Amino acid sequence: MRSFEQKKTQVDDIDRSMYDFKDKVNASFEVKSGLTPEIVNQISVEKNDPEWMRLFRLKSLKIYNEMPLPSWGPPLDGLDIGHIVTYVRPNTEMRSKWSDVPDDIKNTFERLGIPQAERLSLAGVGAQYDSEVVYHNVRAEVAAQGVVYTDIESAMHGKYAEMVRKHFMKLVPPTDHKFAALHGAVWSGGSFVYVPPGVSVTIPLQSYFRLNAPGAGQFEHTLIIVDKGAYLHFIEGCSAPKYNVANLHAGCVELFVGENARMRYSTIENWSKNMYNLNTKRARVEKGGAIEWVSGSFGSNTSCLYPMSVLQGEGARAEFTGITFAGKGQNLDNGAKVLHLAPHTSSRVSTKSISKGGGCCTYRSSVVIAPQADHCKSSVSCESLMLDSESRSDTIPVMDIRNDEADVGHEAKIGRISDTAIFYLMSRGLSEDDARSIIVSGFAEPISRELPMEYAVEMNNLIKLEMSGSIG
Amino acid sequence: MSHELLKIENLQVGVEDKVILDGLNLKICEGETHVLMGPNGAGKSTLGYAIMGHPQYTVNEGSIVFDGEDITQEPTDVRARKGIFLSFQSPEEVPGIALGNFLRVSQAAVTGKEPRILAFQKEMRKTMETLGIDPGYAARYLNVGFSGGEKKKSEILQMLMLNPKLAILDETDSGLDVDAVKIVSRGIRQYRSDKNALLIITHNAKILEGLSVDYVHVLVNGKIIRTGDSSLIQEIGERGFQFLETGGAQN
Repeated sequence: MRSFEQKKTQVDDIDRSMYDFKDKVNASFEVKSGLTPEIVNQISVEKNDPEWMRLFRLKSLKIYNEMPLPSWGPPLDGLDIGHIVTYVRPNTEMRSKWSDVPDDIKNTFERLGIPQAERLSLAGVGAQYDSEVVYHNVRAEVAAQGVVYTDIESAMHGKYAEMVRKHFMKLVPPTDHKFAALHGAVWSGGSFVYVPPGVSVTIPLQSYFRLNAPGAGQFEHTLIIVDKGAYLHFIEGCSAPKYNVANLHAGCVELFVGENARMRYSTIENWSKNMYNLNTKRARVEKGGAIEWVSGSFGSNTSCLYPMSVLQGEGARAEFTGITFAGKGQNLDNGAKVLHLAPHTSSRVSTKSISKGGGCCTYRSSVVIAPQADHCKSSVSCESLMLDSESRSDTIPVMDIRNDEADVGHEAKIGRISDTAIFYLMSRGLSEDDARSIIVSGFAEPISRELPMEYAVEMNNLIKLEMSGSIG
Repeated sequence: MSHELLKIENLQVGVEDKVILDGLNLKICEGETHVLMGPNGAGKSTLGYAIMGHPQYTVNEGSIVFDGEDITQEPTDVRARKGIFLSFQSPEEVPGIALGNFLRVSQAAVTGKEPRILAFQKEMRKTMETLGIDPGYAARYLNVGFSGGEKKKSEILQMLMLNPKLAILDETDSGLDVDAVKIVSRGIRQYRSDKNALLIITHNAKILEGLSVDYVHVLVNGKIIRTGDSSLIQEIGERGFQFLETGGAQN
């Protein structure tokens, strides 16, 4: 109950900031609480957009204003859509105060052992510290291989301007849904990566360094092009909770995987628990290419996240491995989408979810096999673990198979922790909390195994923290 | 008289509404080896669970006193830390933790202090060798994919590493081949001292080889109907439980 009240307080704060903004910027905005072409134009000017981008933003804005909210999925009541401008332009002064960061987040930093400098940075407070330096070093190292890794704003102006223009929101058009349209209108920050043909990037690139930039991370755009026969592992996010004053995240990720190229995209999402995470991620895979998604979802109040793989070329493959952990007050609606458009394409979706303390996990997926896609294979498996009787777990797997030659399988399991297993571990002296957290870690293990080492370790710590009941 | 470790008085234990043990009495002192026999469904495993504090087994009446303290209401982990160990008939597979790591965590929990890493590893390797367990198993998840015999050896390994005051072995010999039974009994002999005690639930005299058995109890319909010395094992072997049920009931 108390944490709910804290959340309310934050919404109120944001409302106030909206008035601050109006006073400062333009009196003519005063009567309008929606998003206007003037605001979007101003964002465009501030970002030094090329003209095509300014027009794109305005077009997206029009779509946004005309489009209804999605009629399905978890309730979005906590979002004040009528005052959308407050999410787009939160009071930036607020985030410079450590004292405004909620206590539960400060405690988590403490318990995860995040250094002071990082804490400030993750909480959106203050400037960046080490990460900027690390980012530059990584850039230099991959640049030696001919790889481009930069922020998307500079990519729009440099040598890769045309490439950005050709791909930007082509995979996720603003017409996709209301929040994609919003993203198109107000996006800001993010990464651009281009891997030339045949280049295999040996170190994983991490967007974490970029997301620490002030103001970034809320409507960020990630555009990655992995050319023919190349390989890239990109890691998004960080397992420490990210706190943002404005509680709407509507990012967009577009991945273009070329012929016989392979890409792995790993995410650990741990937004603070007031966040509405309405992110859109999509990959298009050409002939013989592969996309591998690894996704851990721990934070947010509400999440709607269904990374989509469009298997465009013959023999393209998609793999999705994900875990969702919903605690008290969280409604996490996650899953995956796969579109088989060519023959001999294959996909494997494997997810786990854990709900506790009244948390709600929904697994939602869609597998489509098009009429022309002969001899496709798809297997979907989802397992959920409910830690108590007040928690909830739903499974909504949709399959649309339009080809008789398809080999499709689906498996779903919903379970609870076995009392005998708890008893067994306790009979060796372990406390009940420790016994539970070991069992939950074991359940999550097939997913954490897919994560880079340091993330897997942090994920286990996160599970231990969640299980000890000290947070959430 | 030697120190009294376990004293069970007038114990009634049930699962849901069903009474399984009724009016059971048992006393075990330091340095003693007790054997518990009885037909299937008599409540032998229930007694092991009740002593260990399985939450699904409710004590309706009576008391369990261990090392001078009433533990009837104590949770399982507290009992383990006081020095009770139960070797499970079918040990659980737990994918969240590796065997070696689990042994270390358990030893720390039971003794109340972190074991010194090198000394611990040396002890673990030596014990695994005694039991013929591949040292690579230390890195494998607890019991996951272990064969029936390997699971039982893993139980004995845990017993030796935790060194409890009272070890209850619930059909540790069931499903083992001749060689494995020998190895397991070697482990049991290694554990046994005049400072601890054993309660062995078994159908099979083989596991008792080389152990001097002090008492044999026969459990039928939730009660111990007969207690004798080791000669009772042979008698049961020859005549079955039937004669005791009729002849021993008046006891």
